[in-house]
Amino acid sequence: MSSFLIERKRQIFRSGADQHEMLCSRPSVAGSVSQRACVFCGSRVVLYPIADALHLIHGPIGCAAYTWDIRGALSSGPEIHRLSFSTDLREKDIVFGGESKLYLSLVELIVRYQPKAAFVYSTCIVGVIGDDLEAVCKRVSKEKGLSVIPVQAPGFQGTKKDGYKVACEALATLVGTGDREVPEISINILGDFNIAGELWLLLDYYKRMGIYVNATITGDGRVDDVRSAHKASLNVVQCSGSMMYLAKIMKEEYGVPFMKVSYFGLEDMSDALYEVAKFFKSAALMSKAKEIVREEFGRLMPVLKEYREKLEGKKAAVYVGGSFKAISLIKALRLIGVQTVVVGSQTGTTEDYELIQNLCDEGTIIVDDSNPIELSAFVKETGADIFIGGVKERPIAYKLGLGFCDHNHERKEALAGYEGMINFAKEIYATAMSPVWQFTR
Amino acid sequence: MLLRHTSDTIIEREALTVNPAKTCQPIGAMYAALGIHGCLPHSHGSQGCCSYHRSALTRHYKEPVMAATSSFTEGSSVFGGQANLLQAVETIFTVYNPDVIAVHTTCLSETIGDDVNQILQKARDENYVPAGKYVIHCNTPSYVGSHVTGYANMVTSMVKYFSAKSATKKDQVNLICGWVEPSDMREIKRIAATMGAKIVLFPDTSDVLDTPMTGKHEFYPKGGVTIPELISTGDSKYTIGLGSFCSEEAATLLENKCKVKFSIQDLPIGLKATDRFLVALSRAAGVKVPDSITEERGRLIDMIADMHKYLYGKRVALWGDPDTLVPLTEFLLTMDMKPVYIVSGTPGKKFEESMKSLLTEKVPEAKYKNGERADMFLLHQWIKQEPVDLLIGNTYGKYIARDENIPFIRMGFPILDRVGHSYFPAVGYTGAMRLLTSILNAILDKEDRECREEKVELTM
Repeated sequence: MSSFLIERKRQIFRSGADQHEMLCSRPSVAGSVSQRACVFCGSRVVLYPIADALHLIHGPIGCAAYTWDIRGALSSGPEIHRLSFSTDLREKDIVFGGESKLYLSLVELIVRYQPKAAFVYSTCIVGVIGDDLEAVCKRVSKEKGLSVIPVQAPGFQGTKKDGYKVACEALATLVGTGDREVPEISINILGDFNIAGELWLLLDYYKRMGIYVNATITGDGRVDDVRSAHKASLNVVQCSGSMMYLAKIMKEEYGVPFMKVSYFGLEDMSDALYEVAKFFKSAALMSKAKEIVREEFGRLMPVLKEYREKLEGKKAAVYVGGSFKAISLIKALRLIGVQTVVVGSQTGTTEDYELIQNLCDEGTIIVDDSNPIELSAFVKETGADIFIGGVKERPIAYKLGLGFCDHNHERKEALAGYEGMINFAKEIYATAMSPVWQFTR
Repeated sequence: MLLRHTSDTIIEREALTVNPAKTCQPIGAMYAALGIHGCLPHSHGSQGCCSYHRSALTRHYKEPVMAATSSFTEGSSVFGGQANLLQAVETIFTVYNPDVIAVHTTCLSETIGDDVNQILQKARDENYVPAGKYVIHCNTPSYVGSHVTGYANMVTSMVKYFSAKSATKKDQVNLICGWVEPSDMREIKRIAATMGAKIVLFPDTSDVLDTPMTGKHEFYPKGGVTIPELISTGDSKYTIGLGSFCSEEAATLLENKCKVKFSIQDLPIGLKATDRFLVALSRAAGVKVPDSITEERGRLIDMIADMHKYLYGKRVALWGDPDTLVPLTEFLLTMDMKPVYIVSGTPGKKFEESMKSLLTEKVPEAKYKNGERADMFLLHQWIKQEPVDLLIGNTYGKYIARDENIPFIRMGFPILDRVGHSYFPAVGYTGAMRLLTSILNAILDKEDRECREEKVELTM
């Protein structure tokens, strides 16, 4: 079995050895065991944390079944988002159209759950069978006096990343429809999904600085917050892949500036506070930020030092959805003494990969849209001890006798923020040092 | 209170499904295909489908699950997926080198009208398929049936592509296995071996989705029914299908194609269904049931007898797949429990007929429903009307279990939050003992935790 598809040569880069520009954002080769998902998946994961909205999936049952409460996006209030609603299209609907079923389902749902808005997702076949999703949404919207937003997400129309854009377009239809008054020193947090309660940590930091957080999009999200999101003075955007598009729309349409941040690792987390303080040109905010950073560092460094001493020399392979996260992970791993030897993502851009190249040591393998055989080969080649990835990578890593840390949907402890760095170090330590690996080595 | 919106009033629904008790066809086809040795399942559709199915199977088995995808694009949805599928076949044999590619379709490739049969013929004619290698397929439109249907369709296509009748009969019995765990398939093989019955079990996911950790990732683990075994099924003297939803179509085709007679049995879950399976197998294979198995039966009955007072009259709600639910319901009745609510998203008249004959007399108040809108929401509403003492089903029951504080045993697909199901069987007498143990533990643990302090009993 050969390890690499020849067509993929330019999607793999060996730092210090290769010269070519990374080729990315291209569809997977047909027949490859790709780790990627589809447009629908991308839109669904981005929108679903909005907890007081309905999320109705128009299609055969699978698309609803597989996205039912899979991400652990926590809500401090309503939890309608954790239920699974589907039109469960059957053969007769494929032949005669599914519009009436969609209409009925929407009405039944709205009457029952009294949501603040409804997102209606199209799937692969909706366009093919000729259902006019938009018309149905308009009709129900009018009849029920509620925003019913079509999310045009047929799976085949691209990759997960294209789904992020679709989600942002849907959100953009809500933004600007509210008129809440917000203070001058206010931000929106974009691109955190409150997995394992991470958002709540961030809210605490910003609150301690004295900053008003207007809307969180979409973690622990609420429809009314999104409606008034344009009232904030700044969009703080995490994870460049999923929410940049909304930030750009909001800048164009409402003049809300944005900045990119990452909350993973101490350096990036602290920068996220400093940059916001700088933006508001406020000495008071800056000194608060410094105070928080000092306080947190004082608390964390001794603990991290202990982990670092034990983990020094360990090597990690990183394969995640967004490349921005990969960048933070490289830095966070370095902080605890772990060298990144393989780094890849499903949806990185050429610029992201350039950043990664500059950040990594010579010999690091950088890869776009990888697959299990490649990843196994890279791990072997580099002698990695730990793998950081998502659900499909976990069992492969274990089979190879590697430690594993889920930095995706299935993380159960907050990994963002200062608290998250401790959790991250603890998780990496626990898995890298687990006694179980000695039995197969 | 995750499900606080659920009330005891049954909401009339014409169109909406809330919290489904099923998923779509392709994942069943993928799971069945993994039960062929050296097989790479292939999803002919958008890459999201493949990704979802692999993730769901991975979460359930905690094992790597390999499958390829045609990675449909906008172009394929307009011009058809032929180019993608041909390229996929070439790529897969070049890079992943399986013995068999098992293609299943998706709602998209079905709706745009791809003729997979014809495309694969073209692939063979134009030498995309190396000598000695196979590409098989089945149609799995996601809007027909459920995941169970997809499993049945892939099993049927194993017969369609491989079963062949030669001049000489073989002294062996085909066991077409319904959708159960690798542990169950392993147990069925153990029972047959103990009886001295020669069998071909297919599909067989043991040693594929329950592999030991060795420090190496085997892309094609050692388990799975082999191609020569599948071919030889046409020469077998008899076929037993286990679970009508999953095996009847394949068994029927095998009879039509190769004249191998068959009978359909329930999956051997519980005392009576295991009895029937053993009788059927001993007749078909011409072997006796050895004492060691009769003694397993005796131990099961002994266990029921010892604890029957804790079982009597306990109300149970269950959900999942028909082939499992039917013998499970029967087993609960055997133990004098009361299966009162039963739900399956999988459509099919047989379910209702079987439940009717099992329940009408013994539990006249029982409610059961399958097919459209037979979902977890409906089940929860029934439970709100009159509570139950026990829940048995897949992980999606945990919300109800928590909200209503009902003991809950995980069984079925998917189980996303516990382990053991892929290692310890539920079939056969020993499987029944394990089920009974779980049932008692769940009920008695709750009793111990919640009864009045003065009522805490040391011995039970």
